[in-house]
Amino acid sequence: MQVALDSELSRRYRERFGAAILDAIEDRKQPILVVDVTQLLEIARYSRDTEQFDLLEDFTAVDWPRREKRFDLVAQLYSIPLNTRLRLKAALGAHEEADSLSSVWPTADWLEREIFDMFGIVFRGHPGLKRILLPDEWQGHPLRKDYDILQQDTAWVRENLGIESGQ
Amino acid sequence: MANTVHDRTLQRPDTILGADELVINMGPQHPSTHGVLRVKLKLDGERVIGSECVIGYLHRGVEKIAENRSYQQFAPYVDRMDYVSAVSNGLGYCEAVEKLLMVEAPLRARVIRTILTELQRIASHLLWLGTHALDIGALTPLFYCMREREEILKIFEKYCGARLTTHAFRIGGLQYEAYDTLEKDVERFCNSFEARIQEYSDLLTSNSIWIGRTRNVGLLDAADCIALGASGPVLRASGVKWDLRKATPYAAYDQYKFEIPVGSNGDTYDRYMVRLEEMRQSRLICLQAIENIPVGPIMARVGKVLKPPPGEVYHAIEAPKGILGYYIVSDGGTQPYRVRIRPPSFINLQALDKMIRGHLVTDVVAIIGTLDIVLGEVDR
Repeated sequence: MQVALDSELSRRYRERFGAAILDAIEDRKQPILVVDVTQLLEIARYSRDTEQFDLLEDFTAVDWPRREKRFDLVAQLYSIPLNTRLRLKAALGAHEEADSLSSVWPTADWLEREIFDMFGIVFRGHPGLKRILLPDEWQGHPLRKDYDILQQDTAWVRENLGIESGQ
Repeated sequence: MANTVHDRTLQRPDTILGADELVINMGPQHPSTHGVLRVKLKLDGERVIGSECVIGYLHRGVEKIAENRSYQQFAPYVDRMDYVSAVSNGLGYCEAVEKLLMVEAPLRARVIRTILTELQRIASHLLWLGTHALDIGALTPLFYCMREREEILKIFEKYCGARLTTHAFRIGGLQYEAYDTLEKDVERFCNSFEARIQEYSDLLTSNSIWIGRTRNVGLLDAADCIALGASGPVLRASGVKWDLRKATPYAAYDQYKFEIPVGSNGDTYDRYMVRLEEMRQSRLICLQAIENIPVGPIMARVGKVLKPPPGEVYHAIEAPKGILGYYIVSDGGTQPYRVRIRPPSFINLQALDKMIRGHLVTDVVAIIGTLDIVLGEVDR
């Protein structure tokens, strides 16, 4: 399903960022650029300003615990004037931090808070990084693969809800 | 004695609240927050100078559940996010998995999906209109809107047995054939509905109280909308003519003629006008679709056990509230490796802070209403 992508778009990115574009692939006809996480912010800014990707449609993460670099950050870009989509992916190690995209697309604010909440990924330069869906004092990050579906912060549940288990 | 206490506080001004700034909680149990939304408002008198949303009260871990269910088992869960437009949620999910499997639903299935999804859009907008008007103080439209919404829910009930969390579609097409009088029911509804929209419009559009409460309230220009990711009617009311049904057609939308209504001002009134016109357009789509529902199979060939080849897909649709996206990663197994849902309500809600700054507390009610959020989808 995945084939190498060789489009004008990917060539422009390669020309501009060289080795920071680690791979360009196409999956189910959707273009994906795998980029170096240290350059993600620069690439994001270029995408918005030069390539007209004015909308950050979604920003999320995927956990691959057996991989050397455990997380994938995944940004879905959309260009309203050109009606095109592009997906940026960047691998991130367990203890690495990523640059916040909120200075490029303000919508990244809550999306990054959700990633932090669910995966524990820290974003440098975020205006107020804290949990968004779970309570602030909650322990653990549920969308990590080593967080079991039945697992929960029982201490928090007992203390705050006065019950033994939320299950 | 009471006096002395009072006097003592007066002598120590640092212990009494400053007269200029006050932080109050709106929600999570406030009727106009449409669920369990809590907004911390920082007020200067009656004017809002800052705010913070506290969400997550309805968090159920839908994305985690997805990783522990098979593709088909997870389908009913998506109905419970935006529970007032379950059909749209189901359409997005089914199409995303179909893309992942690289199959396409047969045309007949896609046309029936389009009809039901457009009816759902009308139902969702009707519920929005009724409650939004109620929040602002107009009681009557709620009863009218509920009356028409009931007609649509009856059609859903006849089609699949459920009214709200319908699980109407299946991965690969439809489980149920259209019932005998589906076209007639839809036609009857559409024929009566045009006059009904006019009724709502007569009640509100040139009503001076309505105009006073909505004009120039909650302004959001196009640049801010895009920067904040706001989509759907919120974006279109700011003048951006962008609708995924036209931009990247899915289901059977490429076969029908319809307009994308846009506003110019980006205020609460424009968002009202856009949604009202969207209902008219949805009605037209339904009428075109029932005229010619192609014959043929309703299910594509998909196995009983779905094992999509490894890879990933992102599929977005124009849900009644904005862009609803599904990002699904498969590792080749029977359960999705990761399902990410891009919820329109969650992202539109982020614009709330910008929209309410400088407005009165009473306008906050109008602005939460105009964003048309559903907390089940915000919190997932």
